[in-house]
Amino acid sequence: MATSLRAGARQAAGGQKRRSRGRGARRPNWLAGVVGWLWLLIVLLPIYWIVITSFKTQSNYFQTNPLAPPTAPTLENYQVVIEADFARYFINSVIVALGAIVPAVLVSFMAAYAIVRAGDQWLLRSANSLFLMGLAIPLQAAIIPVYLIIIRLHLYDTLLAIILPSIAFAIPLSVLVLSNFIRDVPKELFDSMRVDGASEWVTLWHLAFPLTRPALVTVSIYNGLAIWNGFLLPLILIQSPEQRTLPLALWAFQGQYSVNVPAVLASVVLTTLPILILYVIGRRQLLSGLTAGFSK
Amino acid sequence: MVAPPAAPGTRRATSRGRRSGSLIWMALPALLVFVAFAVVPLLGVLFLSFTSWDGIGVIRPAGFDSWRSVLADPGLPHALWVTFVVIALSWAVQTPLSILLGVFLAGHQRYREFLAVLFFIPLLLSSVAIAITYKALLDPNFGLGAGLHIPLLTQDWLGQARLAMGVIIFVVSWQFIPFHTLIYQGAVRQIPRSMYEAAQLDGAGRVRMFFRITLPQLKYTIITSSTLMVVGSLVFFDLIFVLTEGGPGDATRNLALDMYKRGFQANLMGQASAIAVILVLVGLALALLLRRIGGGSSSTSQLEGV
Repeated sequence: MATSLRAGARQAAGGQKRRSRGRGARRPNWLAGVVGWLWLLIVLLPIYWIVITSFKTQSNYFQTNPLAPPTAPTLENYQVVIEADFARYFINSVIVALGAIVPAVLVSFMAAYAIVRAGDQWLLRSANSLFLMGLAIPLQAAIIPVYLIIIRLHLYDTLLAIILPSIAFAIPLSVLVLSNFIRDVPKELFDSMRVDGASEWVTLWHLAFPLTRPALVTVSIYNGLAIWNGFLLPLILIQSPEQRTLPLALWAFQGQYSVNVPAVLASVVLTTLPILILYVIGRRQLLSGLTAGFSK
Repeated sequence: MVAPPAAPGTRRATSRGRRSGSLIWMALPALLVFVAFAVVPLLGVLFLSFTSWDGIGVIRPAGFDSWRSVLADPGLPHALWVTFVVIALSWAVQTPLSILLGVFLAGHQRYREFLAVLFFIPLLLSSVAIAITYKALLDPNFGLGAGLHIPLLTQDWLGQARLAMGVIIFVVSWQFIPFHTLIYQGAVRQIPRSMYEAAQLDGAGRVRMFFRITLPQLKYTIITSSTLMVVGSLVFFDLIFVLTEGGPGDATRNLALDMYKRGFQANLMGQASAIAVILVLVGLALALLLRRIGGGSSSTSQLEGV
């Protein structure tokens, strides 16, 4: 709801802007223009190269101009990648992503609601400060004790080993964004729920949850992308090949097939495809999700 | 809607007690997971830095041994220097470009909206995918330069210290400029049009408007974006690990890589923990410094988003 409102406002602003641009158009902003088009080239060139090369045969790759499209496109590289068990890694990544995002967003939502509703209650106020401080904890710095804890819990080399720390490190930012959002819900709505005799749990699910939906989507996207692309946790906590997630599998595949450039690039294309599809479907939501709390 | 006339004091107190009771239950799951897998590890790393552990066997107390060897090792100042160079250069490259691109993409022309769709694609790729792509692209034997037979491009990009650092800065910028551009684009669109219209009536040119209106209006966005950049590049790991593994030699071995190599390759967890503690301290110092530069309390709410 809020996103469509925002989009509407943006369009209105756009109309205004276009008019004033008309006047300024006599002196085009050439510096930004040059930088803009140049950067486009820098962004697109590697992407173009990845895609065309992934359809070339290995021998064809060495013989032809690397920037020319393949003369006889082939899917054999993709076959190599799929035969290297990438379907399993894909499923692992999906399990880790869903297994971490859903609980992370749910517990963050409940915590955010409690923090906003509690006001001055000391315990929840200090919980809030703890989460805020948590924003400054880099995963890298905590990785050694995380490794120790995972070993002691006998979770080493399981997907749960990636999921649990992923949830923990997703919580601080999620609580921050969600509590900012819940704070904007008019107080009268909560009061009227209380007058009707609703408990906090009922208010949480029947009032706050539907109203917070846009922020929940935002937070899920932000965490989802970070977890989907995460590399350090699987690198340290996973040993056996069949437990790999996509980034780890990508790295291992590259180490094994480094001479077969087309196959390596096919693996890059294949692992990026799911997110690219999401980008095509919901670009606006994905982009606003990416900047989570930062672009306020 | 107005609350009903005050209920009898005692009943209200108990119901409030019950309410805050259920609120605590709501916050508990998040609190437990966060404490177990983030707060305890952060304290644990300090504890582990006073022990000796090979990653598998028994953890033994070792006093200041790890700290002594880490602080005496010339590898530490080198890793600090590499970390600093990565932070400074990636900030210096990314900030001006992101601001320019953000201003450019804030325009609502059709073609710019289309360009924006393409601009943000690098955001979707994982660091590993990006690093693997550039590793293949820059390979002196199999890469783009060799295929095009352009000697200038056919260098041992990742095999020479300075070139490798340059490549890392470039790839980092390629990955993260879109993100910061996105932040600036949003911020530029929020600058009131009336400010530009007033300046235009006064006959101000585009350059002048940029420096007098756009840049000052972006002040807090610049602080937010810079903080994210600095704190992010402090702990760069994935990209450097896949691209160079800290090499050639230790030319690109920053603190995060130094920690990983000591801990998980040399099995010196005590020393690696000491490096991790240093990483946290440097991070806190940088965050405080940036807050000081940002000045004033009005920026705190944005800085908290870090």
